[in-house]
Amino acid sequence: MAYIPHTEVERQQMLAAIGVTTIEDLFEAVPAAHRFPALDLPEPMSEMDIVREMAAMSEANEHAGDFALFRGAGAYHHFIPAVVNHTLLRGEFFTAYTPYQPEVSQGTLQSIFEYQSMMCALTGMDAANASHYDGATSLAEAVTVAYDVQRGKRKKFIFSHAINPQYRAVARTYHQGRDVQLVGDDKARSLDELAAMLDDNTAMLTVSYPNFFGQIEDLTALAEKVHAAGALFCVVANPLALGLLKSPGAMGADMVIGEAQPVGVPLSYGGPYLGFFATKQKHVRKIAGRIVGETVDSDGKRAYVMTLRPREQDIRREKASSNICTNQGLMALAACVYLSAMGKNGLRKVGELNYHKAHYAADQIDKLQGYKVLRDKAFFNEFVVKSLTPVSDINAALIENGIIGGYDLGPDYPTMTDHMLLCVTEMNSKDEIDALVEILGGIE
Amino acid sequence: MADLKYPEDLKYAESDEWIRVDGDTATIGISDYAQEALNDLVYVEFKEVGETLAQGEAFGEVESVKAASEVYLPVAGEITAVNSDLEGDPETVNGDPYGAGWMIKIKITDSSNLANLMDATAYKEYCDNR
Amino acid sequence: MVSIEKPQEQALEPLIYDISVAGRIGVNLPNCDVPESELPDGLVRDELNLPEVSELQVVRHFLKLSQLNHAIDKGFYPLGSCTMKYNPKVNEDMARLAGYASLHPSVDDESAQGSLALMYQLQEWLAEISGFEATSLAPAAGAQGEFAGILMIRKYHLERGDTQRTTILVPNSSHGTNPATVSMAGFKALELPSDAKGNVDVEALQKVCDEQGDTIAGMMITVPSTLGLFEEPILEVIDIVHKVGGLMYMDGANMNALMGIVKPGEVGFDVMHYNLHKTFSTPHGGGGPGSGPVGVNDKLKPYLPGPIVDIIEEETDEEPPLYGLVMPEKSIGRLKAFHGNFGMHIRAYAYIRAYGGSGLRDVTRHAVLNANYIRAQLMDTYKVPYPRYCGHEFVLEGHFDDVDDIHALDISKRLMDYGIHPPTNYFPLIVPEALLIEPTETEGKEELDNFIDVMKKIAAEARSNPELLKNAPHVAPTRRLDEKKAAKDLILCCSPALPAAGD
Repeated sequence: MAYIPHTEVERQQMLAAIGVTTIEDLFEAVPAAHRFPALDLPEPMSEMDIVREMAAMSEANEHAGDFALFRGAGAYHHFIPAVVNHTLLRGEFFTAYTPYQPEVSQGTLQSIFEYQSMMCALTGMDAANASHYDGATSLAEAVTVAYDVQRGKRKKFIFSHAINPQYRAVARTYHQGRDVQLVGDDKARSLDELAAMLDDNTAMLTVSYPNFFGQIEDLTALAEKVHAAGALFCVVANPLALGLLKSPGAMGADMVIGEAQPVGVPLSYGGPYLGFFATKQKHVRKIAGRIVGETVDSDGKRAYVMTLRPREQDIRREKASSNICTNQGLMALAACVYLSAMGKNGLRKVGELNYHKAHYAADQIDKLQGYKVLRDKAFFNEFVVKSLTPVSDINAALIENGIIGGYDLGPDYPTMTDHMLLCVTEMNSKDEIDALVEILGGIE
Repeated sequence: MADLKYPEDLKYAESDEWIRVDGDTATIGISDYAQEALNDLVYVEFKEVGETLAQGEAFGEVESVKAASEVYLPVAGEITAVNSDLEGDPETVNGDPYGAGWMIKIKITDSSNLANLMDATAYKEYCDNR
Repeated sequence: MVSIEKPQEQALEPLIYDISVAGRIGVNLPNCDVPESELPDGLVRDELNLPEVSELQVVRHFLKLSQLNHAIDKGFYPLGSCTMKYNPKVNEDMARLAGYASLHPSVDDESAQGSLALMYQLQEWLAEISGFEATSLAPAAGAQGEFAGILMIRKYHLERGDTQRTTILVPNSSHGTNPATVSMAGFKALELPSDAKGNVDVEALQKVCDEQGDTIAGMMITVPSTLGLFEEPILEVIDIVHKVGGLMYMDGANMNALMGIVKPGEVGFDVMHYNLHKTFSTPHGGGGPGSGPVGVNDKLKPYLPGPIVDIIEEETDEEPPLYGLVMPEKSIGRLKAFHGNFGMHIRAYAYIRAYGGSGLRDVTRHAVLNANYIRAQLMDTYKVPYPRYCGHEFVLEGHFDDVDDIHALDISKRLMDYGIHPPTNYFPLIVPEALLIEPTETEGKEELDNFIDVMKKIAAEARSNPELLKNAPHVAPTRRLDEKKAAKDLILCCSPALPAAGD
């Protein structure tokens, strides 16, 4: 076995040093009746055969390498420059762990610090953590932060229905054992209608930007109302869109959180992704997860270290606000490399490509008989199309033609049957868009 | 730990707070033993003036690089002042725990609570045995 | 005082922002091939503080950063309770196959049969390894698996109308995640003492269960314990808690000591989590991603976090089975968007495939052999608080009776000078100056012998030249850091945001 180096001679030497005759002797503390059970698993397999089997299995998937993909809804197909993957494959990064020992972890620590800086720049916040599991868990953790900032005195959390439905579901899973009310998303509500729900029991109001339907709205007035009510304003954002759009911080957000998969992380059937979490400096002690800060070593050289450690579970135990330990470190590195390579100019350009291509697609689809694009608000790279045909029928026709179509909104939003959410990114060429439009036009 | 101070004029709680009583008001901080155990403080946070708390309820939190601890009210009372100088310079607690490092002042609402506290001799013995 | 020349390449690296030059870009992007639309009025940003660097600058910057890390690929990494074993390279290649990496998570199940088949198989294998009825791959990390487990226990009791069960028992040797999880789920954590042999104090447990059995929702326990010791009275502990109606949660962080040795489900545990990034070598990634599937018995199966993979249509002579994502009947709900950290499932699948059943037992046998070998060789040099055979790891005390003021931290920092990553420090909390050492099965005898030699040398240095330890490390990329300054200054990003509206 290539991963276990011991020879029989070495095993015998080691056993002699321990003072036992067989390895099995070391397990005397395990109840005899239950010791050494049979494992009904397949036989060992060679590396060559593993590659064959898994490559064959993977091809049973209908994926964005072979199909034109027009679906987003929380997971986005963007171009990832080769430099990202090559960096992630450096063993010094991916075979290290949490940088508990900063003297031999400066690579991880500094890259997290740079990642935090980039997330602050994009969101308009002062501080960011090293990551949560994904956008959904970032939202669940934001609820805890707002609860703690308000010292548990406010228990109402207002969510827009236009936040990703899975994020709202996860927030509910997380808080099922706590005395809080998550409200506001039972039906479609405008920003004004959400603001009307604010009261002196409201800890936090959250909207999404762009929202789940791809729409973007100015949030400045809403932020003022939330603050007037003494609550925190939390914005779920897409960092790729923020390369083009005004930052939530500039519109008054207190916390900006969400899914950073769009900036450098592959689709990978839903994970691992990257939950980002950024706040104003004054709330930083209440946020969960690792945070890296700048300091110096005993020679006075600039260096980085995990800081604010007493917030965390290994020190605070039952009083910690979250149990998070392992996070999505390598994905934060991916985002850091991606945002470095793109930089200020590249990210802006990618944002514009997404915007223009999505608008081109929307314009063409709008011209078709039997389809109507919802255009009451501005949108980024996703938009909602109402059709006469059920979305499942449309998607069945599309996949026959090598296209993965939009996300069916009906199951999550009962009033939106026959509505699909289409996503167009820089990965979709004009030819692909034209093909999509043509097939849509041909569906009876 | 030999030269830790236990001023005679104070009362002490098992959770390592001291209290200096002056009529129906009192000043509260943490003991020399506690500051030594926590190491250099980097952050303090107290509840607000006007809050009324029971004996043993947390009135705030102190943090060093590697530890965090709540601080508890030795007797029931209403917070009348907090030492806001500590926010900018929490290490004052380490340097002068019984003086400039005081944390809050309260109006005592139940002076019978004072009976459950230790005097300096008893508290020193309690610390020595830990 | 030793003076050691620092190698040139270990000079620290400037921030990516420090090397930014206005006008540069690090990727060649396509031109827009569609007519441009007007950008939304008032919603476009005019400032963005991201670096501007060329592709080569990016490559060199991150390569130099990587060289400042210690990592498994570079050297021995005996970080206790983290199972820093070798991460096979083929697993990385498998996770990057286009069919997996480019699969959108909300495609129809029919379009995802390659992924769903893999997940289904992994669920089955994990259940078999631990003797459970079912598993969910949904949790994104061990801590989330714990959370899922405790939420399942909570819902189980609530559904039965057992609303007074508000306490979860946790041994004082537990990971911090255990009590933190208990609080997150809305329970109260009650800590139990350990006995002189490092086991849970059974008498104390019995007493608590006698006195307040009807308030006990369950118990979380790590096996082997965080001291690296198999809980000798485990059957008794499980029985005591079950008798008062509580459920047993096993923290599977130390599963590398159990594969093919004992099945937690068979000895009576109701639920456990696996750490795929530990036991099953999906890499640690500098802090994640992890993956924390949960296994359960029949009682808790309906409560599993979802979605899980099930067979929707049975296999026929012509067709393979049709797999689909389903939400268990009384599920505690979703823990994250989509279906778990799928990329980690791929790697764990490849890992289990490579070893098979007999191979996994060999993994544990050699992990335990390695730990006991080091323990036996260091017992005369360092205090080993619990003199019995250990599991895959063991704890020793990093201080000496005859030397003042040398701590576990000093020994740890000195190890860096010898190219070895320090063991876990100051955990478990119940051992003074703890050094928790976990070699893993993938290290050969010569690597262990080197570690043993170095540890003995450091013990000698502690007597002959204690300053060498106190000022260590000497040849790491940095000296010891000023953590107090970091916590006071709170410089958390290098690009302060522009003043925000309303602030």
